[in-house]
Amino acid sequence: MNYWDIFKKGIFEMNPIFRLALSLCPALAVTSTVFNALGMGLCVMVVITANNMVVSLVKNFVNPKVRVPVFITIIATIVTLIILILEAYFPSVYKELGLYLELVVVFAIILARAEVFAMKNGVIASAFDGLGMGAGFAVAMLFIGAFRELFGTGTILSGTSMALQVFPQSYNGPMIIILAPGAFMVIGLMIGMFNVIGEYQDKQAAKSKAASQLTGQRSEAV
Amino acid sequence: MEYFTLFMGAVVVNNFVLTRFLGLCIFFGVSKSLSASVGMGMAVASILTVSSALAWIVYNFVLVPYDLVFLKIVVFVVLIACFVQFLEIAIKRYAPALYEMWGIYLVLIATNCVVLGVPLINASANFDFLKSIINAFGSGVGFALAIILMASLREKLQYADVPKTLQGLGIAFILAGMLALSFLGFSGMIPL
Repeated sequence: MNYWDIFKKGIFEMNPIFRLALSLCPALAVTSTVFNALGMGLCVMVVITANNMVVSLVKNFVNPKVRVPVFITIIATIVTLIILILEAYFPSVYKELGLYLELVVVFAIILARAEVFAMKNGVIASAFDGLGMGAGFAVAMLFIGAFRELFGTGTILSGTSMALQVFPQSYNGPMIIILAPGAFMVIGLMIGMFNVIGEYQDKQAAKSKAASQLTGQRSEAV
Repeated sequence: MEYFTLFMGAVVVNNFVLTRFLGLCIFFGVSKSLSASVGMGMAVASILTVSSALAWIVYNFVLVPYDLVFLKIVVFVVLIACFVQFLEIAIKRYAPALYEMWGIYLVLIATNCVVLGVPLINASANFDFLKSIINAFGSGVGFALAIILMASLREKLQYADVPKTLQGLGIAFILAGMLALSFLGFSGMIPL
C-alpha cells in the first residue's frame, strides 16, 4: 500500500463523519458558517497528524496496558499547544470555536487512528494516514458548512475578506438550517446521499468484476 | 430560585445533546435500546456530578493558585480518566452485580465530551462549588432525558417503513433534528 492510497482512503471510503460516524459533535456545532467549519477542520487535521506521528515514534516505549492514558495525554498536550497558538495569533478564530476546540481532546477518531494505525506503522505512513483522515474530516466539515451557510443565509465565507453574496440580499432563507435542528437534518440527509454513492460504487465494482470474470472464462475456453 | 433556574436551564434550555451538540457519539450509539439508554443516562449523570466536583477542587486549589490554568485540559482529562478507572476497579471488587449492569458504560464515559465539557464550562464561567455541582447534575439529567426520549422514539421506528438509504444512522439524525426542534421551544425561557 503506497502513501497515496493511505491518504486517499480517509477522504471517501473511511470518511470520519459520513462513513464512520465518529467525532460528530463539531460537525454539528461549528458548521453554521464555512469559515468556522474550515477552521475546525484544519485544526483537527493538524492534531490528528501530529498525534499519529508522536504515537508512532513512542510506540515501542509504551507498555500496552497503559497505552490509552498515554495517548490521551499526548493528544491533550498537542491540543493545548494549538489552542495557545490560536489564542495568540488568531484570536477571532479562537473566540468562535472556543469550547469545541478544547473538546478535540476526546475525539474518538483521533484515539481510534492512534490505536488502529499509528501503533502498527512507521512515522511517515502514520503521518499520511493522519493527513488523509484529517482531510476527510475537513472536507466533510466544509461540505456541511457550505450547504448550511448557502441555504441558510445566502452567502459564502461571510466574516472574512472573501465574503461572497451568492443569493440576492432579499433572500430570506429558512432559519432552521442555521439553528440546531437543521444541523441534525442536513447531516442525516447527507449520510443518506453518501450511502447512495457508496451503493452505486459497489454496484459498478461488482459489474466490472463480473465482466472480468466473464472475459477470463472466455479466454480459458479459447 | 437562582439555583433552580440554573438547574432547569441546564436540563432543558441548554440541553447538552440537542442544543450544544455534545456527547453525540454515545447518544447515537446507545439509543438503539431503551434499557441501555436508561443505564447510560444514569451513569453519565452520576459520574458527571462527581467528576465536576473533583475538577472544581483541583482547578480552584491547584491550578489557579499556581497560575497553571492553561494546563486545565491536560489535567481534567487525566483526572477524569483516573477517576473512572478507579471507579471501575472499585465497583468490580465490591459490587459485581452493579458492574455487570454498568461496567461497559464506564469505559465509554472515560473519554466523552459531556464529561469533559462540563468541568471546562464551569471553569470558564467561574462558578462556585454549589453552582458547579448543580450545573453538572442538571446537564447529566438533560443528557439522560434526551437519550431516553430518543431511545423510545427509535423503538417505535422499527415498525416504520424507512427508505433504504436512510435506514440506520440517516433517519436517526433526522429524528434527532425533530427532537431538537421541539426543544427549541424552550429557548429564551431562561436567559443564561
